Amino acid sequence: MGRYLTRRLLQAVLVLWAAYTVSFAVLYLLPGDAVEIMAAGGGEITEVTDEQLDAVRAEYGLDAPLAEQYLDRLGAALTGDLGTSVQTGERVTALIAEQLPATLRLTASAGALALLLGSAVALAGAHTRRPWLRQTLLSLPALGASAPTFWVGLLLIQLVSFRWGLLPAIGDQGWQSLVLPALTLALPTSAVLAQVFAKSLRDAWEEPYVATALAKGASPARVTFRHAARNASLPALTVFGVLVGNLLAGSVVVETVFSRTGVGRVTATSVTVQDIPVVQGLVVLGAVAFVLANLAVDLVYPFLDPRVTTGGAVAR
Amino acid sequence: MNEPGTAHEPGTAHEPGTAETEGAARAEGRRPGPAVPGRPLLSLSDLRVSYRTRRGVEEAVRGVSLDVAAGEVVALVGESGSGKSTTGQAVLGLLPAGGVREAGRIVFDGTDLTRVDARRLRSLRGREIALVPQDPTVSLNPVRRVGHQVAEALLIHRLADRAEAAERAVALLERAGVPEPAVRARQFPHQLSGGLRQRVLIAVALAAGPRLLIADEPTSALDVTVQRQVLDHLETLTRSSGTAVLLITHDLGVAADRARRIAVMSGGVIVEAGPTERVLGAPRHPYTRALLRAAPSLDGARAVRGAGPREPGRPPLARGEELVKEFPGPRGAPAHRAVAGVSLQVRAGETLALVGESGSGKSTTARMLVRLTDATSGRVFFDGEDITRLGGARLRRLRRRVQIVQQNPYASLNPRFSVAEVIGEPLRACGVGPRRVRWARAAELLERVGLPAGTLHRRPGELSGGQRQRVAIARALAPEPELVVCDEPVSALDVTTQAQILELLTTLQDELGVGYLFISHDLAVVRRIAHRVAVMRRGEVVEEGDVERIFTSPGHDYTRELLDAIPGSRTRAVPPAGPDAAPGGRDGPWEVTTA
Repeated sequence: MGRYLTRRLLQAVLVLWAAYTVSFAVLYLLPGDAVEIMAAGGGEITEVTDEQLDAVRAEYGLDAPLAEQYLDRLGAALTGDLGTSVQTGERVTALIAEQLPATLRLTASAGALALLLGSAVALAGAHTRRPWLRQTLLSLPALGASAPTFWVGLLLIQLVSFRWGLLPAIGDQGWQSLVLPALTLALPTSAVLAQVFAKSLRDAWEEPYVATALAKGASPARVTFRHAARNASLPALTVFGVLVGNLLAGSVVVETVFSRTGVGRVTATSVTVQDIPVVQGLVVLGAVAFVLANLAVDLVYPFLDPRVTTGGAVAR
Repeated sequence: MNEPGTAHEPGTAHEPGTAETEGAARAEGRRPGPAVPGRPLLSLSDLRVSYRTRRGVEEAVRGVSLDVAAGEVVALVGESGSGKSTTGQAVLGLLPAGGVREAGRIVFDGTDLTRVDARRLRSLRGREIALVPQDPTVSLNPVRRVGHQVAEALLIHRLADRAEAAERAVALLERAGVPEPAVRARQFPHQLSGGLRQRVLIAVALAAGPRLLIADEPTSALDVTVQRQVLDHLETLTRSSGTAVLLITHDLGVAADRARRIAVMSGGVIVEAGPTERVLGAPRHPYTRALLRAAPSLDGARAVRGAGPREPGRPPLARGEELVKEFPGPRGAPAHRAVAGVSLQVRAGETLALVGESGSGKSTTARMLVRLTDATSGRVFFDGEDITRLGGARLRRLRRRVQIVQQNPYASLNPRFSVAEVIGEPLRACGVGPRRVRWARAAELLERVGLPAGTLHRRPGELSGGQRQRVAIARALAPEPELVVCDEPVSALDVTTQAQILELLTTLQDELGVGYLFISHDLAVVRRIAHRVAVMRRGEVVEEGDVERIFTSPGHDYTRELLDAIPGSRTRAVPPAGPDAAPGGRDGPWEVTTA
C-alpha cells in the first residue's frame, strides 16, 4: 500500500511539473506577442515604442536567458508566487483564491450530481425487467452527451426560471441559484459516466462469477448491487477522474451563461484580453485539480479492488 | 423422442407422459427430506432447448430424458456443442442469453421446475440444487473475500445470521479441504491457486446442504494431480451427505472413475445411457464406440507415434545444456527460479515430450531452447551450432528453422486474416514472394493438413477448433522448419479431434522428418505420440527416458503420482505394454543427458 501510494504521489508531482513547463513554453516563449500585449496593458494592441517593450521585458524578467526565466518562474511558482495580472496588477494567486470557492461549490455539486445521476441511470437500466424502460434509460446517456452545455443551460433557464419561476436564473446567492448551473454542468459528465457504467454492468453480468452467484440462489438485485456493481464501478471511476477536468472546463461556459462569479469567468476574461500570467495560473490550477481528482481515484481503487495492492501473492 | 428413446437402458429410461406418477408427485407437493422411494430426485423428460440468435434458431438440446436418483452420481458425457452443459444450465434455470426451453419437463423431487415462478426457483437454487462451475479462476467474484462468498449461500437462504454464517463458512472451507480455512476465508480469490479456488467453489455449492449437485466440468481447468484430489474430495463429501451429482464432463475417464451411470450425449440427444461398466465395456452406439476409441486416457497403449529419430549418428537438432531461468522476485524478494538446470535434446524425426503441471517450467524450458526467452545461464545448440548468444539476422534465419504450434487455436490465429494470409505470413517474413507463390504454397500446405482448398479464403472465426489447429500446424510448417514446438497443441480440443490432430502430427513427422518438442500436462496424450518423455517438476527434470519405460516402470515417485492421477485409471487394468514398448533403460541413439 505504501509503495503504491508513493508511486502515485510521484506521478502527481510529475504531471504538475509537466503542466507548468508546457504552459510556460506555450505562453512565454512565443516571440514578441506576449511582451507587446503586456506593454499595452493587456488591452488592444496599440503602438508601443521599443523602449517601452524593453521596460516591460525588464519588469517581467523577460530579458534574461530562457533557462534562467524558466527556473526563476518555476522557483517562484513552488513558493506560491504565480506572478501578477497584467490587467489589474493583482497577484494571480490572490485572484484565483478569491474566485475559487464559488467555482468549487459549483463543480463539487456538479460532480456529486453527475455521480448520482450517472450511477442511478446505469443501475436502473441494468436492473429493470421492462424492455422499453431499459431502452429509454440506456439511450439517455447518448442524448445527454450530445447536448451542448450552453444550450442545456439556456433551456433550463427558459423553462425552470422564466416559465415556471421555480429557481433564480442568474446570480450566486444561496443554494437555489446553484441548482440549475450544477445540473447543467453535471449532465454531460453524468452521461459519459452512465454510458461507461452501464456497459461495464452489462459485461459484469456475463462474467462466470455472476452465474455462481445466481446458482447460490441470489436474486437479480443482489447480483447487480452486491456483485456486478462493485466490479463495474472500476472503469467508471477511472473515467470520472478524467472527467473532473471537464467539469472545470465546463464552468467557463456555465458561469458565463448563469452570470456567476468564479474561476470560469476569470478564465473567459483573461483569455479574451490575453492576460498571460493569469492564464498560466489557471492552467496550473486545472492541472492541480486534475491531479488531485485522479489521486483520489487511485486512493479509492484499492478499497474497491483488492487486486491493486495485494496482487501477485498467489499461494498454493 | 426417437433416437434417445431407442438408446435408453432399461431402468434408466424415462418415458415421458407417465401421467399417474407425475400427478401423484404433484399432489404430494414438495417435501423436504429424503426423496420418495422409487421416485427419481431429478427427472428430465423430452427436454428441448434452443438458442435464438441473430443468425437464427439453433437447437442445442433436442429431447433429452434422464433420471438421477437421490444420492446417485450420473455422468453426462459429450464433446463441446453436444448440449451437455446446456442441459445442466436448464436444470438450474440459468440458460445463457438467448437460450429458451422449448419443451419438456424438469421435475425435481416432485416439483416441475418449468412451472414454478422465478422466486420459487431461486429458493431452490443453492438450497436444493447447487452448481460447481467449470473454470475456478473466473467463477469467484474477484473483489470479495472467499469466506464471504461461501457465507453468502447461507445468508441468501436465511440459514444463518451474519456472524454464524461467517463461522460456518470457515468450517465449510475446512470440510472442502482448504488448509488454514480461517486465514483463507479472509483472502481474495486471486491469492488462491486454481485448485484451492475450486475447493472454495465446492464449499459454496455444498454450503446449504443441497440434494443435487450439478458439476459442470468441475476440474477440466486443473492439473491432473489436483484434479484427482478435488474429485476425490468431492466424492467423499457428496457420498457422506447423500448428495446426488450430475457430473457433466467431456472426459470419459473422469466419468468412468466417478459415475455409477453414464449418459452419452451427441448433437443434443442422449445416444446411449446405462451403468458405467456396461456403457464402457459393451458400447452399443457407434458414437460411444468412437468416443472410447478416441479417449486417450482409456486407451493408453494405442500409440500413433512416428517412426522415430532419423540418422542416429547425426548430432541432435536442438540441445540445451544446464538451462537456468530466473525471474526477478517482487519487491526485493529472492528471484524465482522457474527452470533450475535442465539439459535435454531433440533429434530430427523424434518427438520429445515435456510433461509437468502448470508452473513446472516446461514452457519456459522450451522457449529457451528455441531462443524465444534468453536463459539466465546454460547453453543452447541448434544443429551443432551454439546459438545461446545469437542475434540479429542470424537469429532471424534460425527462426525459420524452428516453428511453434500454440495451445489455443481460438486465440493464436489473427481473426482479421484469411487462412491464406495466416499460412502465408511466416513465408512473407522469410522473404518468400510474390503473393502468388505464397498462395500456392498455402494451398499445398492446406491439403497436407487435410483441409479443403476452399478454406483458403475463409477466416479463422468460420472454422471449428480442430480446423483452426490444422491451420496453425500448416502455418508452422510453411517455412519448412526442422523443429516444431507444440505447446499443449490438443488440450483445447475434443477427444475425437485430439486423436485426429495427433495422427496428423505423426503423419507429417514421418513425411517431413521434423522433430517435435511436445509440451503437455496430459500424460495420456503424451503416451500416444512421444518417443521420449522428460518429466518436469519445480523447474527440474525428475525423470527422463523412453516413453514405454516411463509408463510401465516409472522410476520416480512423482512420475508414479502423475500416472495414477490420469482419469480412468480406476477402471483401467494395469496398462498393457504397447507392442512397440522398449525395455527400460535401453541404451539407444536417443539416449539423453539428464541434469
